[in-house]
Amino acid sequence: MSRVRVSLLVLGLGYLFLYAPLICIAVYSFNESRFVSSWTGFSFKWYISLLSDPIILQATWTSIKIATMAATMSVCIGTIAAIIMNRFGRFRGKTFFVSAIAAPLVIPEVIIGLSLLMLFVGMEKLFGWPNRIGNTTVVIAHITLTIAYVTMIVQSRLHYLDHSVEEAALDLGASPIKVFFVITLPMIFPAIILGWLLAFALSLDDVVIAGFVAGPGSTTLPMIVFSSLRFGISPQINALATILMTVLTVGVISAAIVMYNRKPQDGN
Amino acid sequence: MYSIAERIIEGLAQLLRNFSGRRLLIWLPFMWVLIFVVCPCLILFKISFAESQVASPPYSELIEWLSGHMLQLRINLGNYVTLFTDDMYIHGFATSMLIAITSTGCCLLLGFPMAYAIARSNEKIRDILLMLVILPFWTSSLIRVYAWIMLLSPCGVINSLLMKLHIIDMPLPLMNNSYAACIGIIYTYLPFMIFPLYSSIEKIDQSLIEAAYDLGSSPMTAFFSVIMPLALPGIIAGSALVFVPALGEFVIPELLGGAQTLTIGRLVWNEFFSNMSWPTAAALSIVLLLFVVLPITFLQERKQIKALAGD
Repeated sequence: MSRVRVSLLVLGLGYLFLYAPLICIAVYSFNESRFVSSWTGFSFKWYISLLSDPIILQATWTSIKIATMAATMSVCIGTIAAIIMNRFGRFRGKTFFVSAIAAPLVIPEVIIGLSLLMLFVGMEKLFGWPNRIGNTTVVIAHITLTIAYVTMIVQSRLHYLDHSVEEAALDLGASPIKVFFVITLPMIFPAIILGWLLAFALSLDDVVIAGFVAGPGSTTLPMIVFSSLRFGISPQINALATILMTVLTVGVISAAIVMYNRKPQDGN
Repeated sequence: MYSIAERIIEGLAQLLRNFSGRRLLIWLPFMWVLIFVVCPCLILFKISFAESQVASPPYSELIEWLSGHMLQLRINLGNYVTLFTDDMYIHGFATSMLIAITSTGCCLLLGFPMAYAIARSNEKIRDILLMLVILPFWTSSLIRVYAWIMLLSPCGVINSLLMKLHIIDMPLPLMNNSYAACIGIIYTYLPFMIFPLYSSIEKIDQSLIEAAYDLGSSPMTAFFSVIMPLALPGIIAGSALVFVPALGEFVIPELLGGAQTLTIGRLVWNEFFSNMSWPTAAALSIVLLLFVVLPITFLQERKQIKALAGD
């Protein structure tokens, strides 16, 4: 009995540590006063002032555009990379390829941003492209960052799949392209969705890499949040954080439920 | 002669076939990582040997054609020499190391009991418990840092609560020090520690622990001689997953650490944006990269040796 109690205590304290700070943000977003020290009443005024701020709305739109493009491209390239890693057997330079794909997982963001900016500046000098840093460079940088995550997720899914179904289809005369679209793709689809969501969330979250490669016209939402955090607490940021947390939580939980319900079918 | 010509033509044909259609699609990831991962690292390495100058871009070329038939190669080791002689950089490396080691240790101390409790919980709620661990990771990392600014800042939740209760008269300096940076890192990377720990603790056969108790070992002995060794792969993986990003972290020390917590990540950022010194920033990045890559290659080697020993 006491072991159960200890276990409950540990879990309770652990989840309190994980969630109390976030709940704090949400609670104070409804405080009418600007200051944390006094609770003057319940109010939506910070939400209203947030949603009527043109700079924040513009940045949100930029961020969503960049994240959508980056996640979609990243899923395409990452899936191909995962298939190469998983279904092509051993080939010369495979270790190098796998390390290069996985490198952005471990390289500090500051270095990714700095080195990509240096690449863009060098490319511009040599080829005249990209002729200035902006949305395109941020999308490229985010694709590079997120390919690694997508590849790992799709790769682990491929690893646990039954290879014989694909082989049977090939034996029965289906072309490799057809096998991919009719058999492999539906089976790895949950992993692709998960990879897309993760890539989207990572792109929407990134401030360091965008800080290096974003031009003046492509200020993303995290960059605005970051510069306002330097000045400390602001109830507008509380409101923004609460909205973001709600959207992401609902998105992740519904994706999880969809995938959880798919699971039994995949087992057959 | 004939056979050589034939072979060349055959080779060319194969090359063409390789580059057409489906093959082109397969080359996409290769080209992408070559251009946007490998190439930038080489450029970074190159610029770390350049000299700073007032120009656009603000660094000198290493290889230059001089008038006539002179090819000049200038390699400047000065950037690296500065890194190992200037107190600011040495201090930066020490601060980053200290913060990374402290936060990894704390994550392990916090994460192990949680992972153990989750692994031993009812199977029905286990998925939900794991989901709850990963959920904060999906919300923006800036928001998670902001949560701690709100709690720790001089006019934040903790200080205003303590002042209202008349426990303190002046706000405590909870923020803008390396402890606050550590707390931020622990909070952000705790899920990275719990997941690998969970997956290795979950595999431990419960009967082994019971056997240890039956044979008269104390809970401490059972923990250190049975559970710990079996959970070691998870401990190593989790520690690497926390230590590596903590070492190069920029946002958390920048926002929570105050002016004196100058980590390497912040030094790179400052060299680039404030001093406009691209070569110094590049040299710092190369050294930081070595600090990150070395532990990983060490772990990889260990794994390979283990795999060999297993065979």
